Amino acid sequence: MRLWAIIKKEFFHILRDPRSLMIVLLMPLLQIFIFGYAVDIDLKNIRIAVVDGDHSEASRRLVSAFVQSGHFEVRRYVEKAADFETLFRTGDIKGGLTIPQGFGESVATRRETPVQVIVDGSDGNVGQIILQYSEAVLMNFSAGLASQRMQTLVEVRPRFWYNESLESANFIVPGLAAIILMMVSALLTSLAIAREKETGTLEQLLAAPVHPIEVIVGKVIPYVALALLDGLLIIGAGLLIFGVPFRGSPALLLLGTLIYLFPCLALGLFISTLAKTQQLAMMLALVMTILPSVILSGFVFPVLSMPRLHQFLSSIIPATYYLRIIRGILLKGVGWTTLAPEALALLIIGTVLLGLAVKNFKVRVG
Amino acid sequence: MTAPEYAVETRDLTRRFGNFVAVNKVTIAVRRGEIFGFLGANGAGKTTTIRMLCGLLKPTGGEGRVAGFDIGREGEKVKRHIGYMSQKFSLYNDLKVEENLYFFGSVYGLPERQLKTQVVAALERFGLSDVRQEMTGRLPPGWKQRLALGSALLHEPEIIFLDEPTGGVDPLARRSFWDTIHRLAADGKTIFVTTHYMDEAEYCDRISIMRDGRVIALDTPSSLKERLGKATVQDLFIELMRREEVE
Repeated sequence: MRLWAIIKKEFFHILRDPRSLMIVLLMPLLQIFIFGYAVDIDLKNIRIAVVDGDHSEASRRLVSAFVQSGHFEVRRYVEKAADFETLFRTGDIKGGLTIPQGFGESVATRRETPVQVIVDGSDGNVGQIILQYSEAVLMNFSAGLASQRMQTLVEVRPRFWYNESLESANFIVPGLAAIILMMVSALLTSLAIAREKETGTLEQLLAAPVHPIEVIVGKVIPYVALALLDGLLIIGAGLLIFGVPFRGSPALLLLGTLIYLFPCLALGLFISTLAKTQQLAMMLALVMTILPSVILSGFVFPVLSMPRLHQFLSSIIPATYYLRIIRGILLKGVGWTTLAPEALALLIIGTVLLGLAVKNFKVRVG
Repeated sequence: MTAPEYAVETRDLTRRFGNFVAVNKVTIAVRRGEIFGFLGANGAGKTTTIRMLCGLLKPTGGEGRVAGFDIGREGEKVKRHIGYMSQKFSLYNDLKVEENLYFFGSVYGLPERQLKTQVVAALERFGLSDVRQEMTGRLPPGWKQRLALGSALLHEPEIIFLDEPTGGVDPLARRSFWDTIHRLAADGKTIFVTTHYMDEAEYCDRISIMRDGRVIALDTPSSLKERLGKATVQDLFIELMRREEVE
């Protein structure tokens, strides 16, 4: 059978090319370990220096509240806030805490008391997180003071649902799945077609009485299989190693993944109609698939905090919708009715991309 | 316009790319069993013409029939009756010799049993039996060329299009390749071949010379040489190219 012959041949290409095998098998595992362990957004042992201008029982309690939160480690005590500077520069500390003179007295008399936290802002994300942790410590501390003396009427007790401990793996595993599926299906497909153009075999193939659709389907099917294998690898690693929950239906996730692969593959085909060489296909694929999927999908930066233009761009990127689907299924266990709009969006994007690819292909072939 | 004795027949065949006319009103007729040499400088429009004749590119004007089928409307049928070997011996370097043959045989839709006998026959005929398990990428150019021809012949086409089949191949391999071509023609196959080697043009029954998208000469090598008073096709070719430049 012709289609089967094309599929088989494509598998030979993949299995005999160490580079593509590496992209397919090693990359997802490597990435999940890099992202999963190295990019742990839960900071622990943030090094700080302290200026204790008060030397009171209260000031010591505040410092120990910081330490006991598990996030901070007091590196050293200094005389004045200006001394933080050298420590920041050498990288010894990431934050500085200044407790003013009279802190204990103010606390005792229930007067408002400013405490200064200085954060190294050179790494914006880390700085933000340190600030949040500090605020949480200070809030707990003052809540503790208040409850000692009077009934607190209103108290905020934040609790995160669906990701109770705010584990970064729970964010990263779905995001990685979205990106690697995109990479395998779009990047590798466009490379595979560009390679056949480069070597002239595509022309030889089209000179045979095969329909171009047979050629394309035959080339695409192996990559769908590989993408699904990768998806399994990533989610499996997420479940087993990082303890990511799986609250929804596996069948639904498989369906959602297949729907996601449609726009990804269409994008890969579109790229291959633009690129004559593998090198160009690679560049285009990086710019058109991986970068937007990482930056604009909501994987790294929340979509809600993006400027309008970026929000719009985000809304035409397949990964944005898949991220909602996979997070929804893994973390929330939602059903298909909730995910229908996302699935529909993916189908629309896929249809548009496929249309563009076909149109472009016809222009080239004439 | 189909007379049964013509394997390839075109009238005013034209292909434009935007404002550029790559092939300009080409009218040729190739008889069955003929070895037809298709000569011309680089960029003269030879490959574009071949691609149209093989159903890889749609003409923008004129018409053409190959094996009795219209190249514009019956591309699929044309493809079943022709073999095509492109400039670069387009084989899969990461497939074994045998795998390439099986693959191309399968895309031409050969049934399993016939496929097997055809592959074995092709390996025999082109002296590739000993390297059947070798990776194609490791073969020397002359061997790749034979494999490419073998792949293009598995479905026993009536007409064979060869686009610069001998580029980068040593003289000995070229000679034996042309022996094969002559044998195929003797079997009744029509050969449509482009080449830059003028000595090869001498082996053709008839040649056409293309320049700037048009056919400027078409006849047997001997009568063309006679008409222009040249001793070889090489001199003839150079003369024609110069003339055109003067005009």
